[in-house]
Amino acid sequence: MTEQRFKRMKDLPSTHLLGTGTPMCSGCGGLEALHQIYDVLGDKTVFVNAAGCMTLLSVYPFTPFRGSWLYTAMASAPAGAQGVRDALDILAQQGRMPAQDDLGVVVLTGDGSAYGMGLSATSAAMDRNLDFIYICYDNEGYGNTGQQASSATPHAALTATSGGSRGYPGYKKDLFGIWAAHRPAYVATVIGSEPLDLARKIEKAREMKGSRMIIALAPCPTGWDYDPKDSVEVGRLAVKTGVWPLKEYIDGKVVHTRVPRERAPVEDYLQLQGRFGHLFAPQKNTALLEEIQARVDTYWAGVEPQRPAS
Amino acid sequence: MTPKLLSGNAAAAWGARLAGVDYIPAFPITPQTEIIETLGSWIDSGDMPGRMVTLESEHSMLTAAGAAAATGVRVFSATSSQGLLYAMEMLYTVAGWRAPFVLVNVSRGLSAPITLEADHNDILAARDSGFLQLHCADCQEVLDSVLLAYRLAEDPAIRLPVLVNLDGFYLSFTREPVDLPDEEAVSRFLPPFDAGEIRFSASAPQSQAVAVLGGGPYSYFRYETHLAACNGVAVYEQIAAEFASTFGRERGALEQYRCDDAELVFYMVGSFATKAREAVDRLRDAGQKVGLVRPRLLRPFPLGPVEEALKGKQAVIVIDQNLSMGQGGILHTELLAALYGKPGAPPVVTSFIGGLGGRDISAEEFYHMVTVTRQAIASGTVPPPRLLYTAGELREIRKLQAVAMVERQETAPARGTAAGKEAAHD
Ligand SMILES: Cc1ncc(C[n+]2csc(CCOP(=O)(O)OP(=O)(O)O)c2C)c(N)n1
Ligand code: SF4
Ligand SMILES: [Mg+2]
Repeated sequence: MTEQRFKRMKDLPSTHLLGTGTPMCSGCGGLEALHQIYDVLGDKTVFVNAAGCMTLLSVYPFTPFRGSWLYTAMASAPAGAQGVRDALDILAQQGRMPAQDDLGVVVLTGDGSAYGMGLSATSAAMDRNLDFIYICYDNEGYGNTGQQASSATPHAALTATSGGSRGYPGYKKDLFGIWAAHRPAYVATVIGSEPLDLARKIEKAREMKGSRMIIALAPCPTGWDYDPKDSVEVGRLAVKTGVWPLKEYIDGKVVHTRVPRERAPVEDYLQLQGRFGHLFAPQKNTALLEEIQARVDTYWAGVEPQRPAS
Repeated sequence: MTPKLLSGNAAAAWGARLAGVDYIPAFPITPQTEIIETLGSWIDSGDMPGRMVTLESEHSMLTAAGAAAATGVRVFSATSSQGLLYAMEMLYTVAGWRAPFVLVNVSRGLSAPITLEADHNDILAARDSGFLQLHCADCQEVLDSVLLAYRLAEDPAIRLPVLVNLDGFYLSFTREPVDLPDEEAVSRFLPPFDAGEIRFSASAPQSQAVAVLGGGPYSYFRYETHLAACNGVAVYEQIAAEFASTFGRERGALEQYRCDDAELVFYMVGSFATKAREAVDRLRDAGQKVGLVRPRLLRPFPLGPVEEALKGKQAVIVIDQNLSMGQGGILHTELLAALYGKPGAPPVVTSFIGGLGGRDISAEEFYHMVTVTRQAIASGTVPPPRLLYTAGELREIRKLQAVAMVERQETAPARGTAAGKEAAHD
């Protein structure tokens, strides 16, 4: 495996494939991740997209992609990927398509699709060991429709549908665990603010066969209510505080690729974001902050001390 | 060639096999399941090439079907009733992609109440989706229609998916003698699918099904799809003529049975039309000038042929095996819209709802519809839509209700007491 293709930051691709001038918000963490992912995957890809913010990347007659694109619906992008993958295989098998015309099939959806409406289509795609890459950009809500709570929304976050004094009452669903329980070829979490970790994982996924499943935490200035210039900082803090563990599942094992030596307090991450503003003003909600901190601590307590992979 | 005894489902499967389909996304539902099982067994035994994939829902099945067709292979799929409605979002979507493939629907009444038997509310719910529709009356027609449907779908002037409809039970599980066309003749009639440049390939990147901003481009693409569907009338007639000369069977947009000198004609789709043919024969024996017009092609609506076929008739008797709640029969509404103001249009069009949930339509009922329609002609007053339903059937349902009432009282005495208390408070 050429995992070592990306040893240092300077090994990262220097040509950038995704065009500029998209209608995404400035500071969009999903787009940040997609830029980097596309550079590693290359243009021999067909993105199969579900309804969400990224649907507006390709608006007739423009597209920022050098490769191909198919918009499906909110629930069934993995089934679209199945159709495209099977058809390409059939064409190749019948000698109707030269090998160099083959494409990598990449599903691109938000968390609303991945954690909810599209979960059954995704589960079935993994059951069939569909040869594809799934990219979920997780902005922790139904962003395109105005950031209502989804089952990826973290506890206590204010959203358009959880605006009370305690914010979202539920807890973010463990999609990584749900996906890994299917025993697909690969599952990984990434974030745009950690480009080297991201590039290594996408490269690893690119070289594998079968279902390769990626969740990218996507800091979202619009939905999370912070200054767009802070997107990278919010992303870094998500990792430093341990809120967003960077990990991968491969061959039945979960490995954490970044284990923060000393985790920063979750407050550092939360207080940058307006959606958690009610935890800090008019007065500090210490109990709720402690609860959130305790959950993160419990998670990491369960993580074996590991030597991070390379 | 000697005909083979085939069920409607087997005929549909044979149609797909003879069409040389590459890809079959599938999902089970009664009464369709036998189609995919048959195809699956042929693929497993090597009798047929092609790949079948069972999806986890019809919504996904239609997504995969559309995506594969958009990538350039010949796709077949089949569903029924709840499955067709579960996939409804994708019916509209893949038609908008202009993905050409064939979907067989085995008609079954929609829930609720849940049933397995046939009527046409399922297929007619897909009426405005952009799928073209062919409706079959017998098993031979099922096989033939699948072949015709591929020609129609893949025609460069159309490029739209096509639904082929057959009735659950009445056709799906009924064996009839079916001529299996010669493979070689089929491949002359239906050459392999050539997607041209509309497909995914690394050397020719493509965006399909992208978003539009604003009503201008949206209207443009929607209307383009409408115009492509409209092209289907002329294209279908031409394909049907070619089909007739290749296989010797007439498959025009309309079946017209004993219509030439008819004063009254039945107008309906599906397998119950074979009962109408029988009734027409008996009525003719009795000296009544009655005929039958049965659209095979329902989308696009064959306006010209329908207008022509009904011109100068005294009346049309529309039998709808469907019900649009709060309106009545869907074919009836469509036919009135088609005929209104047309020179020579029949002055009387009566409407009957029959065959819901597989309920039979008896010979007597066909005669009765003629009587009612003749009265309408004589009086100049057209009666409102009428459900074909007998006093006997009503008596049966009353008995069931009585049993249900007794069961309720026997098993839930407490409820009776509560009701009594409420009454006392009144
Ligand atoms: C069947 C269906 N229901 C609802 C919608 C409306 N809708 C469009 S995008 C979206 C939110 C999707 O959320 P997510 O997957 O998280 O993507 P994001 O918008 O956050 O990028 C919704 C609810 C739709 N397009 N289709
Ligand atoms: S709402 Fe959030 S995820 Fe959507 S485009 Fe804007 S920043 Fe990106
Ligand atoms: Mg989202």
